[in-house]
Amino acid sequence: MSLHQLTIHEASRGLAAREFSATELVEAILERITSVDNETKAYLTLTPEAALECARSVDASIAAGESGPLLGIPLAIKDVLCTKGLATTCGSRILEGFVPPYNATAVARLRAAGAIILGKTNTDEFAMGSSTENSAFFTTHNPWDLDRVPGGSSGGSAAAVAADECLGALGTDTGGSVRQPASLCGVVGLKPTYGRVSRYGLIAYASSLDQVGVLAKDVTDAAIMLEAVSGHDPRDSTSLDAPVPQYEAALAQGDGLKCLRIGVPKEYFVEGVDPEVQTSVRAAIDKLVELGATAHEISLPHTDYALPVYYLIAPAEASANLARYDGVRYGLRVDADSPIEMYRATRGQGFGAEVKRRIMLGTYALSAGYYDAYYLKAQKVRTLIKADFDAAFDEVEVIATPVSPTTAFHIGAKTDDPLQMYLSDVLTMSVNLAGNCGISLPCGFDQAGLPVGLQLIGPALAEERILRTAFAYEQATDWHSRRPAL
Amino acid sequence: MKLTLDEVEHIAELARLDLSQAETAMYQEQLSAILEYFERLRQLSTEDIPPTATALPLRSVMREDVAGQPTSREDILHNAPADEEGCFEVPAVLE
Repeated sequence: MSLHQLTIHEASRGLAAREFSATELVEAILERITSVDNETKAYLTLTPEAALECARSVDASIAAGESGPLLGIPLAIKDVLCTKGLATTCGSRILEGFVPPYNATAVARLRAAGAIILGKTNTDEFAMGSSTENSAFFTTHNPWDLDRVPGGSSGGSAAAVAADECLGALGTDTGGSVRQPASLCGVVGLKPTYGRVSRYGLIAYASSLDQVGVLAKDVTDAAIMLEAVSGHDPRDSTSLDAPVPQYEAALAQGDGLKCLRIGVPKEYFVEGVDPEVQTSVRAAIDKLVELGATAHEISLPHTDYALPVYYLIAPAEASANLARYDGVRYGLRVDADSPIEMYRATRGQGFGAEVKRRIMLGTYALSAGYYDAYYLKAQKVRTLIKADFDAAFDEVEVIATPVSPTTAFHIGAKTDDPLQMYLSDVLTMSVNLAGNCGISLPCGFDQAGLPVGLQLIGPALAEERILRTAFAYEQATDWHSRRPAL
Repeated sequence: MKLTLDEVEHIAELARLDLSQAETAMYQEQLSAILEYFERLRQLSTEDIPPTATALPLRSVMREDVAGQPTSREDILHNAPADEEGCFEVPAVLE
């Protein structure tokens, strides 16, 4: 096995046992990136020199007796998270050339744990999209079939993990942007509870929904990364002041899945969700039952309303958050005679089609005469969606569903029809609206050889529970160990 | 419900977005289709339902009033498209 194929926990063991150095590990990954990234196009920016320099210093630390689960581990960062001294674009022309003066807290915590940053991964512009086709720079290709999308918006991170171009990656998830690409690329993706991970330095899209998440080759690695980035941050007033459990140590604790009550919402197994996806997910639920859990059909009756609620609330928040891109303080400026003309020209040229679409939608939903009918209405229905989950979690401990209605679709298949693209996230966005946590993990392949994902949803701060359930499933199956032929 | 071209132009003006004629026409079609899909929200009676602004209970967060080390002026102006004498430079606001 080559070094680039290792998981985080395997590499960490090898580093501690001095089987190889951090420098050798980084060199192996950089070689892998050189040989496959021209096909996957997962990275927007690479920092090989900085990574090698960091690896040499880690090797000195290891020689001095230091150790840690992320010490010397090469990771990738979605390009919506600020990295000090390293260009951060959000996949947008409007931020081209922007070099943040500080690190996002999640990035700073990974670095403090000794992780090595390889570069920044591609994303739909401002994390708005489900395929990376909305990146202003290029589209990332799915490592399982290069003619297909990797999902999005964290498609670069998911493709990089799937193609062994990093050992793990950070993504962000506002309506499914970690879980859906994880599903389409056959890797593990975890969206923590809103507030679990600080949003400081995460360039805002929809502030009441955005959350930093992790993408990894297996559940153990996801637990390791989550443990490192979680916790209260005085710089994010919405970050939760709750203790951070030892997620990795918790994986194998307890009595397996004995008596775990799993809810299967009937609204997630309907027409529009590909029959092959449904079959794989149903089989995964059967496997969980075989492992000791019990399955119960439940109802989340307001599921059909999640899409309009999400696409009113998220664009409304985005229209306010993206008002800051006006050509004054950073990024692109298109010169004009007056400030107002400068704002209009800068924003008109700097933003791509989907970002403009969502700014317009949000501006409309918040504008005089429409606020009550759209934005306020959406916030009220959000209450009903959250209440559905609260009621369900009185009955069951974990909810199991598909992640994406289809496996990876062809590049270009949905670019002309925004509403069809929006439907890609229809099974994930409720989790953000309700503030729950969710994990996507591989549970099979369709007849075209494309990965299918299983989503396990838990209530707020139940990351240990969904990780343990996912870990038990992963131990009993081998989907996670399959890799695309690149 | 179909948005008029005037309405699309008005939204673009509120959002400070220069749009080409082709873009305005495209957004008229696409936003109209999306808003029509959203009509399904009207099926729900929400009269007595309170709105949810965030999934977490909101609370005031206070900290000790202690001075910290702010980001330096140089670091901030480094990203500015134009600056002069330690300030952001913009086109004249007043005649």
